[in-house]
Amino acid sequence: MNILEFTLLLAMGSFLAGLLGSLTGLGGGVVLVPLLTIFFKVDIRYAIGASLVSVIATSSGAAAYYVKQGFSNIRIGMFLEIATTLGALGGAFLAAFVSTRALAIIFGVMLLYSAYLSRKPRTPQERNLPPDSLATRLRMNGSFPSEEGVRNYNVQHVPAGFGLMFGAGALSGLLGIGSGAVKVLAMDQAMKIPFKVSTTTSNFMIGVTAAASAGVYLNRGYIDPGLSMPVMLGVLAGSLLGVRILMKAETRILRLVFSLVLVLLGAQMIYQGIAGKI
Amino acid sequence: MAGMQTWTDRKIEEIVADLLRAGVAISALVVFVGACFYLARYGHTPANYGVFNGEPTDLRNLHGIIHSARQLRSRGVIQLGLLCLIATPVARVALSIWGFAAEHDRLYMIFTGIVLIILLYSLLGSGSAF
Repeated sequence: MNILEFTLLLAMGSFLAGLLGSLTGLGGGVVLVPLLTIFFKVDIRYAIGASLVSVIATSSGAAAYYVKQGFSNIRIGMFLEIATTLGALGGAFLAAFVSTRALAIIFGVMLLYSAYLSRKPRTPQERNLPPDSLATRLRMNGSFPSEEGVRNYNVQHVPAGFGLMFGAGALSGLLGIGSGAVKVLAMDQAMKIPFKVSTTTSNFMIGVTAAASAGVYLNRGYIDPGLSMPVMLGVLAGSLLGVRILMKAETRILRLVFSLVLVLLGAQMIYQGIAGKI
Repeated sequence: MAGMQTWTDRKIEEIVADLLRAGVAISALVVFVGACFYLARYGHTPANYGVFNGEPTDLRNLHGIIHSARQLRSRGVIQLGLLCLIATPVARVALSIWGFAAEHDRLYMIFTGIVLIILLYSLLGSGSAF
């Protein structure tokens, strides 16, 4: 396969990854790394570098759209960014000392877990929680436009959310993904933030987290221009289209398709990691 | 009518949204231009990313990338576009400090400042990528 064919095929694959990622709110990175390593036979270190770049593209592209709708909470995002950027730096440093086989297995487990999360039915949220004193002092409570008009929410369990975000950042730095699933989990399940606010705030955060580890990866020579170019342009085009489709599509079916893809890729990654083919 | 009192989270977010859109558009354009040169030059050579060699040093830091892009080397131009992309979220964080300052929100100026320092440390300090 010559570079022209490789670039075109990869751009198409990345377009699909960006489309799926923005439609499900999980980001494109979880699909991209296995796509690159399994189907395009790319070394996992180059794959991680290209995926990080694509995460920043998706996040910045889609955030411009969500922000105008008034869903994302910049205070919650900025406060939690302290934890994710520190975690990302730590993860990016660790990545140099972890074997590629171990990375593949960690990644596979992460994929299966993301599949589980994306299928897990959300518990009906108790809507009128009393304000938490720490969250109030941090001025995190907010409101967002819902179908029944403007809805207020009170943020809970700030320390637990902060801790989970550190873990999300470390995974992001280690694996070159945005780890949007873990961020959504931390805000939605631990901090009891409404789901729409959680996903859009997570989308804003993944770009900043990825930027924190991108410098380290660039310096190590993991970011290859020839490989990152079709990935970035493809993912960007896919996610911009995805954001527009999102309004009409039936999310339940999309999530089902997405989680099936994740299970297949995750099982494949773990198998290859154990068999030593990566 | 855009006095200090009218600064709200919403208004800051709208400015941030424009910045993000501009950052992504500029970097995509630069990457695309580089891609045309790159494919014209290397399109017919075989693709091989199966073996990790790491990038040459002039594609690993700001100085080298700018030097390479100035000589219109295709890989340097693409890498410059990718750098613009990485800089976009950093610029967003920096802009938010200014936004919180306009709202007189000292607490969040400090939080955002911490995030910016961590980001700059990662880009400038850790492995001297710049």
